Amino acid sequence: MMNAMLMSLVIAAPDGGEPSFSIAKMMAIIVSAIFINNYVLSRFLGICPFLGVSKQLDSAVGMGAAVVFVMVLATLGSWLVFHHILVPHGMEYLRTITFIIIIASLVQLVEMILQKFSPALYDALGIFLPLITTNCAILGVAVLNIDDKFSLGYSLVNSVAAGIGFTLALVLMAGLRERMETANVPEALRGLPLAFLIAGAMSIAFLGFAGLGG
Amino acid sequence: MSLAQDFSRGITKENPVFKQALGMCPFLAVTTSVENALGMGAAATFVLVFSNFLVSLFRKVIPAKVRIPSYIVIIATFVTLVDLLMNAYLPALHSSLGIFIPLIVVNCIILGRAEGFANKNKVLPSIVDGIGMGLGFTLAMVTMATFREILGNGSWLGFNLLGEAYQNQPLLIAILAPGAFILMAFILGFFNIMEKRKRGGAK
Repeated sequence: MMNAMLMSLVIAAPDGGEPSFSIAKMMAIIVSAIFINNYVLSRFLGICPFLGVSKQLDSAVGMGAAVVFVMVLATLGSWLVFHHILVPHGMEYLRTITFIIIIASLVQLVEMILQKFSPALYDALGIFLPLITTNCAILGVAVLNIDDKFSLGYSLVNSVAAGIGFTLALVLMAGLRERMETANVPEALRGLPLAFLIAGAMSIAFLGFAGLGG
Repeated sequence: MSLAQDFSRGITKENPVFKQALGMCPFLAVTTSVENALGMGAAATFVLVFSNFLVSLFRKVIPAKVRIPSYIVIIATFVTLVDLLMNAYLPALHSSLGIFIPLIVVNCIILGRAEGFANKNKVLPSIVDGIGMGLGFTLAMVTMATFREILGNGSWLGFNLLGEAYQNQPLLIAILAPGAFILMAFILGFFNIMEKRKRGGAK
């Protein structure tokens, strides 16, 4: 009974229309969020951590994991609050304020819970958590899920895929930057300009996915 | 004198984009045309000025421990205002800026000025600082958009500059995502060279 209710909540369309859930659409969302419309390289969301935390491979992986984690929680919280509190009361205009408060408090909560129950994980992810509040990819996913009228199930799929896409871009970038460390680069382009050039080259590569999935 | 410094600091010496590398997401995303760049610049400047004003006004009332959440709520209020106003009066611009309007909330420039300047200064300098930083951000975006729109579309602010022949086969990559990254690399490289020249000249 409980399970059935949960299921219907997950697959129901947000506007109360026909519940629908197809594997094909799910795959399309996943491929789109990771490759075609990669959140970093094509939508320009989360550029600050992308440039800031991509100097070393280890910290890139940690940041990516933290982002996936918070992204899913933020999507869950913001979707439920939007469709079950804001919409019934006609307060959709409070979306931006509500979402940023949800994200900020979620990050704080996750930080406190991790510190208490899983010090090992806290040590690994802890320093990245405060940075995540101002990562626009998180708020971006929450807002885009609403704009695209995704059901809760699709929203969760989309947020996991977006997080994976972010991590992919970050890890690739970190790998490339580690190798470029020793390269002989014109002095004017060292540091940030070089990072932008690498990102541009990666972005061109990701343009190649554009035909995928139609 | 000091007010003039507060004003000009954001435009040149501490330009938020070129000197501090803040606000990168909207900067790279909306500079596909000069019109979008101006719209985004105006929206961000509005939020920046009013959030600086309120943060400075309440700087002695807000307890230090909850200051960041308070700033975020103040900023989000003005972002919502801009969002609704733009939707009502400039619907075309609103839809082409899209998700980057609500995302002004997490623009590091605005939170950075609230925490770094308005928090410690009187109301008037904070407002002037907001105008300066906003103009600096807008100017940076317009510069970038100028390159991208001319190369990628052969026009500037909608006016056809390079003629039909170019517009039929423009350098499309300039307005696609990779163009933003690559042009930004060259602009920053140019600033590095200028800076080196200046230092060399001072010696």
